[in-house]
Formats: sequence, structure tokens, C-alpha cells
Amino acid sequence: MNLSGDIGIWVAAILTLAVFSFLWKDNPLFRLAEHILVGVSAGYYLVQYAYSAIYKKLYVPLFDQGNLLFIGCAILGLLVFTRLVPRKSWLSRYPIAFYVAAGAGYSIPSGLQTRVVKQMQTSMLNFLDQGSLWTNVSAFLLFVGVISVLLYFYFSAEHRGAFGFFSKIGIVFLMIGFGASFGYTVMSRITLLIGRLQFLMGEWLGFL
Amino acid sequence: MTAMAALLLLLLVFPAHAGLPIDLTAFDTPDDGGKSITLEWIPLHRLGMADSLQSLVLLRRAEDETDTLELTSLGARDSLFIDDKDLVTDEPYAYVLEARFPSATLVSNETTATPTIQWFNKSRSAVCGAVVIFTSLLLWFTYHASKGREMFIRRIAGLEAVEEAVGRATEMGRPIMYVPGISTMSDVATIASIQILAQVAKKAGKYATRLTVPNRDPIVMTVCQEVVRESYNQIGRPDLFREDDIHYVTYSQFGYAAAVSGIMMREKPATNFLLGMFYAESLILAETGNATGAIQIAGTDSDAQLPFFITACDYTLIGEELYAASVYLSKEPKLLGSLKGQDYAKAITIALILLGTILSIAGVPQFVAVFK
Repeated sequence: MNLSGDIGIWVAAILTLAVFSFLWKDNPLFRLAEHILVGVSAGYYLVQYAYSAIYKKLYVPLFDQGNLLFIGCAILGLLVFTRLVPRKSWLSRYPIAFYVAAGAGYSIPSGLQTRVVKQMQTSMLNFLDQGSLWTNVSAFLLFVGVISVLLYFYFSAEHRGAFGFFSKIGIVFLMIGFGASFGYTVMSRITLLIGRLQFLMGEWLGFL
Repeated sequence: MTAMAALLLLLLVFPAHAGLPIDLTAFDTPDDGGKSITLEWIPLHRLGMADSLQSLVLLRRAEDETDTLELTSLGARDSLFIDDKDLVTDEPYAYVLEARFPSATLVSNETTATPTIQWFNKSRSAVCGAVVIFTSLLLWFTYHASKGREMFIRRIAGLEAVEEAVGRATEMGRPIMYVPGISTMSDVATIASIQILAQVAKKAGKYATRLTVPNRDPIVMTVCQEVVRESYNQIGRPDLFREDDIHYVTYSQFGYAAAVSGIMMREKPATNFLLGMFYAESLILAETGNATGAIQIAGTDSDAQLPFFITACDYTLIGEELYAASVYLSKEPKLLGSLKGQDYAKAITIALILLGTILSIAGVPQFVAVFK
């Protein structure tokens, strides 16, 4: 055993153990770690966003580069603070409306391109001629999966009869997908746990 | 030897001043914002000049200037280059390729092009068509729904439980926690979640049950406050609104997860709604809620997180069920019309996939190419 002499490693190790103590039950040590994490991260992001948003994206273009268009952005941003004045808080709805509308306008065409149009193209395969039996079967499963899952998400009809049968196939495809995703993600989480244990046993206690 | 002979032959056939016979052409890159020029030429390896080539350099100059800029070094097999380096829209540029050999340096023909803006991106025609069709369907059904036309939507299991979940919190005298995900307002899942929040707030308000909403994004928090305040106003209980109940936590993903987990353990809400966009914190939140014994209704369109909600929550809204949820809960005609429009868009999508697959099997790939 070769205990670390680095104070930073000791702080990280104690905080790691404090978070792990939640496995037993909620306790003061966990709460301390939780509040440190929340407080430090809130402070960190405040400084980071003040620099990247207010300085780099507003101050520099407006004052250093003289781009007057940013005066409008500054006014919209300042309107958010009217929430602090109850009688004028309705003004804060303007920047929110602008933000939501711009976000929707930006994401709808790109979402349609990547999530609908492109997916449609890759689903329209000649599953009789993909090169080998296995790739033909894969293409056929893809075709059946896409159609049946789309039918599952059709809300205008009850899931009965032939429609119900195909939508049940859809939910089977979904669950197989979720199962594979679950296993894959759990494996990655176990890797994170191993990483923490290696830190505790190696860098902190010096066993490894 | 062959390459050298080819080069000598070229030098005899094309004197040095005639240059490199690679037919360099430049043209404005189609479907762009006027910031690039595409160049094409016959690759040198096809002319048998690859072996002795020392370097192939692309040179550019603005047409009204004399200074030449060395853009990039290319290979003997290259035949295409897209220049998007600091070009000014509507300014003409001249290009030449310079091939350096041990015995000589050959220069290609000079070619000129001007980058211009194309206001319509033809490569996105399919998307444009989809936007027009889908929007028309939405407007059509919304119009008819607002005129009072009856429209059916099927039962969604998780949403039947909302009333029960709110009632449970009321009976137990504990709060309801609503987590709107950790994404921003530009995320469709967040917008859908906030529409559901409005309905949940109305139901909670009717029973005067406390509703808490911890937030990661400050804009989302502001919207949540407005939505909850409006919902309480609509049911005639503005006195129930407490701004501190819809509060900000932190922007840090795991800081937020730790804080919400802590609140769940200490306040022990009877019901947790986890609806919106979630990432790696989904299982932490769902497991903690499960450990506190809360009834949990979750929903997201993040396929990577859905498995965790399915395993740890009582009811899960899968993908588009989240978008349909607010319609199902409110039964508001305009929203109902939009859901109907989406359903018909899905029906068209299914029909197009079936048609495309049949045409692919029949050996007509042109139809599929439209959807690039």
C-alpha cells in the first residue's frame, strides 16, 4: 500500500466515497458532496457563460467590431431581466418567443432531412438483391421494422385486427432495440465504475 | 522510363508555354451560399505523368489583382477540389495548376469562376416538398378541428395514469415533481414536455397539490414558470403559484442529477414526471424516484434513454407518444388537428416507403434517389 500524498487526489477520493455512500442511504456526507457539486458547477457555468456569451458573442462583435446588429440581440437579452420587475415581466415573453420560434424554424428542416427524408431513402432497399442471404434478410427486417414501428405510432386508429398485429410487431422491434441499447449502455456504465475503482485502488491507495 | 518518355512526348507535343494539358475547369459550386468554387481537371495519372511528378500545386488570384495565393498541394490521382477559403461572393477568381517535375514545371490553362449565392438549394428539394406537404396537412386538420369536426385518437396507456398519479399525491399530501428534461427550448421534446406540464399543473391545481419543477436551463425555467402560472390562472387558482417551486438548479448535467436526486430523497414526492429530453442522467433520476416509492411517468424521444425509463418507471411514453400526450390530455381541437396531420404525414411516409421498395425491387432506383 502506497497512499497518495496529493491533496487533490484525497479530496477526489473522499468525494467519490461520499457519493457512493448514497447506495446505503441519504446521509450528510452525500448531501455535502451533492451541494459541493451543484455549487461548484453553478459557479463554473456562470463564469463560463458570462465569458462565452456576454463577452465573446456580444461585447466583442458590438464594441470591438462595431456590428450594430448586436444591439438588437442585447436588447432581447436584457428583456429577460424584466422578470425581476413583476409589472413589466410580460416583456420577457418577447425574447422567449423569438428563441422558441428561431429554434423551431432552424430544427424543423434539418430534423426532416436527417430523421425523415434520409431515413426513408435508406429504408427503400431491394431486399432481394443485397449481395448475400444475410444482407437480404437484414434489409427485409429493416423494411418490416420501419413499417411496423411507424404503424405503432399511428394514433388515429385502434390497435385491432391486422393493424393491431403489425403494430405489435412494431413494439417487438422497439423492445429488441431498447434491450440492445440497455445492455450496451450498462456496459459503458460498468466501465465508468471500473475507472472510479481503479482511481481509488490505484492513484489513492496505491494497491494497483 | 515510361513516365519520363510520356513527359518528353508531352513537352514535344505541348511546348512549355502551352502548359499542362489537364483541361482545368472552375465553376461556382451549385446550391451553396456563394462562398465556394469547384475545380475539376483530368488527373495526371491518366496522362502517365504520376511517377515523375514532384508536386502539384493549385494557385489562385483575385482577377483584378496580381498576387497569387498557393491554395493547396494535390496528388496525381486528384481530379476535384472545392475552394472555400476566404472567398468573397460575386468576386471573380482565376486558377491554375502548377505541376513540378525534375526536368520542368508545367502550368495548366487559367480558368476563372465567380462564387454566387443560390437562393434555393436544389439538393434539399425533397425536404422542401416534405415541409410543404406536412405543413399543409397540419393546417388542413387544424382548420377542420377548430370548426368542431370530431377526431378520434387511440388510448395511450401512460396518460390514463396521469389523473391517478395526481390523485395519489393529493391523498398522500406530498408534492408532485415535474422534470422537463435537461435540454433547451429548441428541442422538440422540451416543447412537448412543457405542453404536458400545462395540463399536469391544471390537474394538480384543481386539488391544490404542490407542483415542483427543478430546471437545468434558465430559458426553460422561465417558460415553465409562465406555463404553470397561466394554468393556475385558467382554473381560477392564481394563489397557488409559487415562483420558488419552479426553480433553477445548475447547468451541469450531473450536478443537476445529483440535486434532483437529493430533492427526491428529502421531499419524497408522491409522483414524478420525467418528460422531455434526457441523457445519461435518466437512470439516476428514475432509479432514485423508484427507491423513494413514487409513482413515475416518464417519456422521451431519446432512444438511448428509453430502456432505462421502461425498466425503472411505472409508465413510459415512447418517442412520439410524448408529442401526442399534450393533445391527449387537453383534447384541445387545434392540437388535435395537428396530431391528425402528423398521422396522415406518417401514412404518406409509409406509402412512399412501400412504393420506393417495390420500385427498387423492380429495378427503378430513380425514385429513391429523389430522397437524398
